[in-house]
Order: sequence, then structure tokens, then C-alpha cells
Amino acid sequence: MKWLFVLLLSICGVSVSHAIDPIEMSDPVLQERYRNLSHELRCMQCQNQSIADSPVGLAGDLRREVRQLLEQGKTDQEIRQHMRDRYGDFILFRPEFSPRNAWLWITPVLLLLIGIGVALRIIRQRVSLAPTDHSNPDDVGHDQAGHR
Amino acid sequence: MKRFLLPAFVFALLVAVLFIGVQRAPQKTVIPSALIGKSAPAFSLPVLGSTEQFSESSMRGRWYLFNVWGTWCPECLNEHEMLLEVARSKKVPLIGLNWKDDDAAAKSWLSQLGDPYDVVAVDRDGEVAIDWGVYGAPETFLVDASGTVVYKHVGPLTQEVWQSEFLARLPSAGGAK
Repeated sequence: MKWLFVLLLSICGVSVSHAIDPIEMSDPVLQERYRNLSHELRCMQCQNQSIADSPVGLAGDLRREVRQLLEQGKTDQEIRQHMRDRYGDFILFRPEFSPRNAWLWITPVLLLLIGIGVALRIIRQRVSLAPTDHSNPDDVGHDQAGHR
Repeated sequence: MKRFLLPAFVFALLVAVLFIGVQRAPQKTVIPSALIGKSAPAFSLPVLGSTEQFSESSMRGRWYLFNVWGTWCPECLNEHEMLLEVARSKKVPLIGLNWKDDDAAAKSWLSQLGDPYDVVAVDRDGEVAIDWGVYGAPETFLVDASGTVVYKHVGPLTQEVWQSEFLARLPSAGGAK
């Protein structure tokens, strides 16, 4: 039992050490913005990690870049755009709307609308059938119709 | 019969989308460059083994290859022979970006394996590589005479890629000078 506990502890230790972000900024407000931004930017070498979580060299360079841009007084949006100009939409974990990815954003809404349309039509059909059901509340057949 | 028409159409559409997705899946590891069609990011960096500076603006008026490499990168070793062949063909000047590397290691690499580069710029802290959107060495850019990025290849340069992607884009007449 004890070895299992030790094993679990060591696994936790490993994951924690990866999440640790070595850059400390003087201003706590900047530090908070830095923390948020570095979690929003993808590490391009290890694509399912953010640059905050990745131990890879390039992620470190990008963290330094983000810190420098923050110190230059750039807004979060400017920093996101700065990265996007260089690495494309892919670097953002939350991609922004652009003509190229428009269909990605529009398709779910379109499908939802189609779904609602189909649902409304089916409900209307049911409703138009309903009076015949209500005319006979004690009928056994009514329950079956209701469950259909 | 008519009521099956729409579901059948939706199903066919789904099949088409998934088919295209599966067909294109192998390319997913390569992220298209955001710089294609834009002007090459400006920089001025020290030249390897020299006190001079190199700026991409000095290449204005000429097509060139911009190859990002490092001695720590095993795939760069794999493509080195191909780079030497490109240099021998004298079709286009080859500019190297020595990315996050050690000067001494880079110099001994070039003296041992041969130097295909017209100039090697040294980007020790990786600032310029970020501007170029580099995410893994080797990467090779093709830049035209107006300084616009035309194409980027990620991974080692091979004969096939050189023929189909680079030579095909180079203007056949005045490409090399």
C-alpha cells in the first residue's frame, strides 16, 4: 500500500513541476495578465499544451516575448494579434472569428436552427393530433399514444 | 420515398466532409505559415564568424532561401546533404538562420559537413525565429525579389520537396544571380 502512495505522490510532483512558471513579474496586475495570456497561447511544438505548461525551449522564448510585450504596455488583444501574425490562428486556444474559419463558427448555429425548425414541425404535428387524445381521457389507448 | 431524401443528402454531406478530413489528416502536423504572401520580417543579426551584421533587406531584388537550423537538431543533419546540393545548383542564394545555437558548434558543423550558406545569421536567443513564426527546425522559407514570403517548408528539405515546391515557384529565367 505504501509504495502505491509514494508512486502517486511522485506522479503529482512531476505534473506540478511542469505547471510551474518560472517568470515572475514585478507588477501583480501584469503578473495576472501574463498568467492568463500564457495559458491562452499554444505551444507549437507540443500542440496540446499551453506555453505556460510546456518545458520546451520555444515555449520559454514565447513566454519571454509575452512578458516583454506586457512591459512595453501592449494590451492583451495586441499581444494575441502579435502572436497570431507570426504563428496563425493555431496559436490561440480560443480562435477568433475570421473569414477563413467563418464556417466553423456558423455551422453549429445553422445546425441548431435546423434542429429547432425540425423540432417545431414535429411538435406542431403532435399538437394538431392532440385534441383527439384529450377527447377520451379515460381511454387506455391514450397512455400508449402519450408514450409514443 | 421523398422523406428519405433529406437524411440521405445530409448523410452524403457528412461522408464527404469526413472523407476530406481523413484525406488531409497527414498534413495536420504541419501548421501553415501565417507569413505566406506577407513581407519577410525585418531583422539585423550578427553574421556567424564575423563582426558584420546581416539584414534581410540586403536581399531585396533577389529571390532567396531562408533556412532555420541548429547543430542540436537531428533533422538538420539529415537535410544537410540536400542543402549542399541546392547550393551547388546555384539556382538561389541560401541564407541560414542559426537558431539558439552555440557559435563554436555551428562553425565546426559547417567546416566538417560543408557550408551551403551564402550567409549565416546568428539568432542566439530566438527572437527573430519568433518573428518568422518558426516552431521547429529545420524550416525553409522561399522569399521573392520584393521581399515577400512565398512558401515555407517544415521539416528536412528533400529532393521531392525541392523540385515540386521550391523550383516550381522560382522564376526559371532570373532566379539565380
